[in-house]
Amino acid sequence: MKHAIRISCTRRNLKVVRDFVSEFLLSYHLSELVINQIVLAVDEVVANLIIHGNGEDESQFLDVRVNLQNQEFSIEIEDTNLTSYSPTSYVEPDLQEYVRIGKKGGVGMMLVNRIMDRVEFTTDGTRNLCRLYKKLS
Amino acid sequence: MKITQQSTESTLTLSLDGELDASSSVVLDTELSKPEILGNQKVLIDCRQLNYISSAGLGVFISHLQTFQDAGVKLVFFNMQDKVHNVFEILGLDSLMTIVPSEAEAVAV
Repeated sequence: MKHAIRISCTRRNLKVVRDFVSEFLLSYHLSELVINQIVLAVDEVVANLIIHGNGEDESQFLDVRVNLQNQEFSIEIEDTNLTSYSPTSYVEPDLQEYVRIGKKGGVGMMLVNRIMDRVEFTTDGTRNLCRLYKKLS
Repeated sequence: MKITQQSTESTLTLSLDGELDASSSVVLDTELSKPEILGNQKVLIDCRQLNYISSAGLGVFISHLQTFQDAGVKLVFFNMQDKVHNVFEILGLDSLMTIVPSEAEAVAV
């Protein structure tokens, strides 16, 4: 089975990554709900990296690698952008306030943090790595 | 994302077919941004064929909810698949928005 994929930074490839992750998870007999949650968390991070990290520049690429070991799903998403995401700047949004002011974005990382067990962002020079983990017991 | 519209005198029903992500949600945003939509008493969202929603899709509904409420327009979701409803639940949006099981209940809201 294919465990890695490289995509260019366009929103059209969000569906490509979702299908790739779904297909990988299908063989592990998980519920539709759990598969959808993991696919969603990956989609949110990939969308952030495509749109905000790489400015939808199709000449830039993301490398996505999935793994499942000891009942734990993990995924690595790597790019070589200079503007890495800083998790220390994350503040859990107040959704009632978002409704009041009509805010359109900003709940993606809230979903990722609530779905996954661990979310890590590391930067080594121009190489940014996001790792997501979830126990599937 | 395919959106089908059905309109009566005071109610607009939008049937969503497909996946609402950061790529496709702009189509829905365009529909909900039309000024004439605020002339309805109710806007019903039929989610039977909505197979996926990400934060971009949720954001479209979040961003229009207050405008709808201020204009006295009820926004009601129905026929939502479990996996899509679960995404609303994860954020607690199911308590901020009106989600009912069936079209009959949506009409009765």
